[in-house]
Amino acid sequence: MCLAIPGKVMEINGPTAIVDFNGVQRDVVIGLCPNIEIGSYVVVHAGYAIEMVNEEEALKSISLWQEMIESEENFDQTNFF
Amino acid sequence: MKQIDEHGLEMPGDQIIQNPEFGKKILKKIHTISADLIHPVKLMHVCGTHEHTLAEYGLRSPNIIPKNVEIISGPGCPVCVCPAEDIDRAIELTKNQDIILTTFGDMIRVPSTHSSLSREKAKGADIRIVYGPADAIKIAQDNPNKEIVFFAIGFETTAPLLALELANNPPSNFTVLSAHKLIPPAMELMISLPDFKLDGFICPGHVATIIGMKPFIQFSEKHNFPNVIAGFEPNDMLLGIYILLTQIKNRETYAINEYTRVVRPQGNQVAQEFMKEVYGCTDSKWRGIGLIPNSGLELKEKYQQYDALKRFEIPLLNSQDIPKGCSCHLVLVGKKKPEQCPLFAKKCTPINPVGPCMVGNEGSCRISYMYRSRQ
Repeated sequence: MCLAIPGKVMEINGPTAIVDFNGVQRDVVIGLCPNIEIGSYVVVHAGYAIEMVNEEEALKSISLWQEMIESEENFDQTNFF
Repeated sequence: MKQIDEHGLEMPGDQIIQNPEFGKKILKKIHTISADLIHPVKLMHVCGTHEHTLAEYGLRSPNIIPKNVEIISGPGCPVCVCPAEDIDRAIELTKNQDIILTTFGDMIRVPSTHSSLSREKAKGADIRIVYGPADAIKIAQDNPNKEIVFFAIGFETTAPLLALELANNPPSNFTVLSAHKLIPPAMELMISLPDFKLDGFICPGHVATIIGMKPFIQFSEKHNFPNVIAGFEPNDMLLGIYILLTQIKNRETYAINEYTRVVRPQGNQVAQEFMKEVYGCTDSKWRGIGLIPNSGLELKEKYQQYDALKRFEIPLLNSQDIPKGCSCHLVLVGKKKPEQCPLFAKKCTPINPVGPCMVGNEGSCRISYMYRSRQ
């Protein structure tokens, strides 16, 4: 139920957008994410965009996770506040 | 997000988060830290999609997760926790020839007291599966002479979708049977259960996408309890487990966000506003678990005209949540594993489900049945 699928915004038409799920395109309601832009990634649940993917934050935090896992040190929670 | 994988869509950070070599490194860390734990730990997730990832990738196998780390499934399957009473009400509504009942696909096969929506549909009731509330609105617009009832189930991820529609003047022939539920109150109940000690929660990433980190931070602070908000790739879950184990070892009790590529600290504030506009909190019955205070959503006074229970008369029903022999009430709170139920894979199978957990893609019994060779 709480499954949500990421897709790329291709076109915005008022209250909906055409989102591409790698070839499969579908109309998605964007009322919960009014600031989406063409080309951005959104997470879609039951036909509604529920959030934009945070590209900058994603890359930053994933490289932090990677650093943490690859270091000899143990996880330091304070890096994540 | 394993769906990216299946769709071949490349997202930021995927090369790391989907890399099996990275997964092996996390596992190595998990094994190192688990050797230092002074007692076996029990982690609970409350999300059907997390259960799916755990089972599909065999993460509970003794070759993967250390033996002293147990991951159990909590009440995170919305169709499973929907009480029989609500399904019985939906069935009653379909007896009215003017009504078209719409709901999510997972819901229609869930057994209620004497029947299920799919059985009623086979007998001729007008019950239609929708992908989301927008489809139900469309059916209402296309059928102005009919009454369209949307049987609304789901957690915080799903509730704002309907709130958005209700706040935007839906057609007057559209009403809602509201059965939405909230996750943090269920977590509160889980840690208060006697004879049941949990050490950490793996919190649902898409619930947090909407409500943000605050409710989970408050939970951690109130109960001195470690939480991690995790995504749905195997590596997301392994990272989540590692983060919890580290906290447990260090006796720390934070709420940490692993799923930062989607979950913002403040959540989706637009969605939160729509929820506040449309719903109020109410005590709510969870199937096989009972009444959980402030765990349900009901329509506010301003939106009462869309409440199916107000528009249509439904007789009092004598509903029964758990059929004889079924262990769903214990499976739902992690007290029993699906395969410990005497009916599992015998009388109760996905083709002929006895209890609610054998039905949908998020039900623990159904998932255990599908992936039983990988445990």
